[in-house]
Amino acid sequence: MTESHTPGNKVPNSITQVGITMRYTFRDYLRSRRFAILLVIVLLVSAILTVVVAHYRPAGPLASVLSFYSTWWGSFATFLVALSGVFFGGDAISGEFQNKTGYFTITNPVRRSSVYIGKWISAFIASSIILFVFAAIAIANEAAYFPFSVPWQFVESFLFAWFYLIAVLGFTFFFSSLFKTTSYSILVSALLLLIAFAIIEGLVSDLAQIEPWFILSYGSQIVGNVLAVTPHLLASGQVTYVPTYPAHVVTTTSTFGPRAVKVTITTFNVTITEGLAIIAAYFGVTAILGLVLFERKEFN
Amino acid sequence: MNLSKTYGSFTAVSNLNLKIEGSKCVGFLGPNGAGKTTTLKIFTDLIRASSGEALINGVNVHTHKKAALASVGTVIETPEIYPSLTPREALGMVAELRGVPHAERRKRIEEVVTEVAMQDWIDKRVGKFSKGMKQRIDVASALLSDPTILLLDEPTTGLDPRGMSEVRSIVKSLKNKDRLIFMSSHILSEVSEVCDEVAMIDHGKLLVYDTLQNVTAKFSGGANIVDVGLTRPLQAGVLDGSITKLSGVVSAEKLDDKRLRIWCSGGPDVQEKILAQLVGINIGVVSFQPTSSALEEVYLNLIKDTL
Repeated sequence: MTESHTPGNKVPNSITQVGITMRYTFRDYLRSRRFAILLVIVLLVSAILTVVVAHYRPAGPLASVLSFYSTWWGSFATFLVALSGVFFGGDAISGEFQNKTGYFTITNPVRRSSVYIGKWISAFIASSIILFVFAAIAIANEAAYFPFSVPWQFVESFLFAWFYLIAVLGFTFFFSSLFKTTSYSILVSALLLLIAFAIIEGLVSDLAQIEPWFILSYGSQIVGNVLAVTPHLLASGQVTYVPTYPAHVVTTTSTFGPRAVKVTITTFNVTITEGLAIIAAYFGVTAILGLVLFERKEFN
Repeated sequence: MNLSKTYGSFTAVSNLNLKIEGSKCVGFLGPNGAGKTTTLKIFTDLIRASSGEALINGVNVHTHKKAALASVGTVIETPEIYPSLTPREALGMVAELRGVPHAERRKRIEEVVTEVAMQDWIDKRVGKFSKGMKQRIDVASALLSDPTILLLDEPTTGLDPRGMSEVRSIVKSLKNKDRLIFMSSHILSEVSEVCDEVAMIDHGKLLVYDTLQNVTAKFSGGANIVDVGLTRPLQAGVLDGSITKLSGVVSAEKLDDKRLRIWCSGGPDVQEKILAQLVGINIGVVSFQPTSSALEEVYLNLIKDTL
């Protein structure tokens, strides 16, 4: 087709268009109450933890600052990251096909990659806000039981959780690009992240006695591991809690039964370097594959 | 150019060569599954051609999408709008993506929304809209950046009669503003009313592309068709005895007691003479309306041949 007129408007560059997509997607999160629902979940969990700790005063979490953060933050942060990834990324791309909103957006002079990246950044910002809120509540509760402090191990754990979030969003966006129906993409992402990975990790490490280096949730263990402590009895009789990153491989031998059958069990704890590598690899592979899939997928 | 699209063993578009230029409205006709929407989707990057090139202003849509679609407004199938946004916001997003200057955006959005008669709903969330209302906003979106080319896939689908009439008026007014409009439609009367040229496609193949006049002249026996309304039933013998013998009448048939269909051998001049003669034989003429049936005849002749 040809037309002699030249366009009067100047189409913005792709980076600007990424920003435009990001803003309107975030507005959609706020309006569709998706963000509010996840925030309510976080506040609810925080409220329960606050009440439980305040009422029962468990010795473990209250033994030291790091023990507190390990229990409060370490036990829930990775689950929260996975949940955020499913909430904001699960149907980010599949929704454009199923709901036909892609016919409204993609037919404009905008690259599909700009739409993909804009939505990804929006999901990242929304998830980060949720994570920050949870961290802030954890810190506020810590200050209620100890002199206010934010140990560098907690900062490290937070940064690791943030990095894990990047990989989780890459993962959920990949499945969102793979399927054209939102129910499939959300279901597969949720099942893998929240259930299947943990099961496979257990089977591989506990039964097969193989390090599950290929499982994303194994890599995410660094979030909790950096907060681990070991009690030490001092000469004065006082107990101190020393930050101790778990050993990479722990072998325990137990004896069972009257015949003293020896069973050796090997437990794997991901090292920080390994964990970061696993997370980075997942992000790299899924982000690229997801983008390629979306670029090539047809609106039939 | 040489555009083809296959899905496995099924060919949706087969070696389509169609060059459209200038300021006009081109109707894109064909039965269901002919390849109309597939062709339009290729031009808007919704799907990729299996072979060949889709060029807009000489720019390949797939390799240089932004440049190709910069001056193109589109409505393909029935685009859904994010339900949590209002028309003002959704059109705001499109305006930003298309680079409508900031100072002009608000005014331009309000103009196009008024043009599609949705001004009362501009700040209400799209999720509450009916299909027809969303279709109006889709048309508004296509007009927003004042494009020089419009690609419309059955733009009156889902609209009530008033909405259909309004869209047709918009298309006609755009023709007067030197725009190129490529519009697929099932409604032959709509194409007859609005379009200057027509391209017909079936089983993915282009059957004909020419002006409406040439197409009807070539494929409907060269006749124009008018429907005549009468105030009283036609008497026996008048049709064959008088009407078919009038100068300029190729043939005539009775549609019902008070309606006739006449095939004329020429355009408006001949029709004027036939009307005068009909009035002269005092059969009670109350209406004399050229129909789109010529185009329908062309359509049925061509599609029949490709079955």
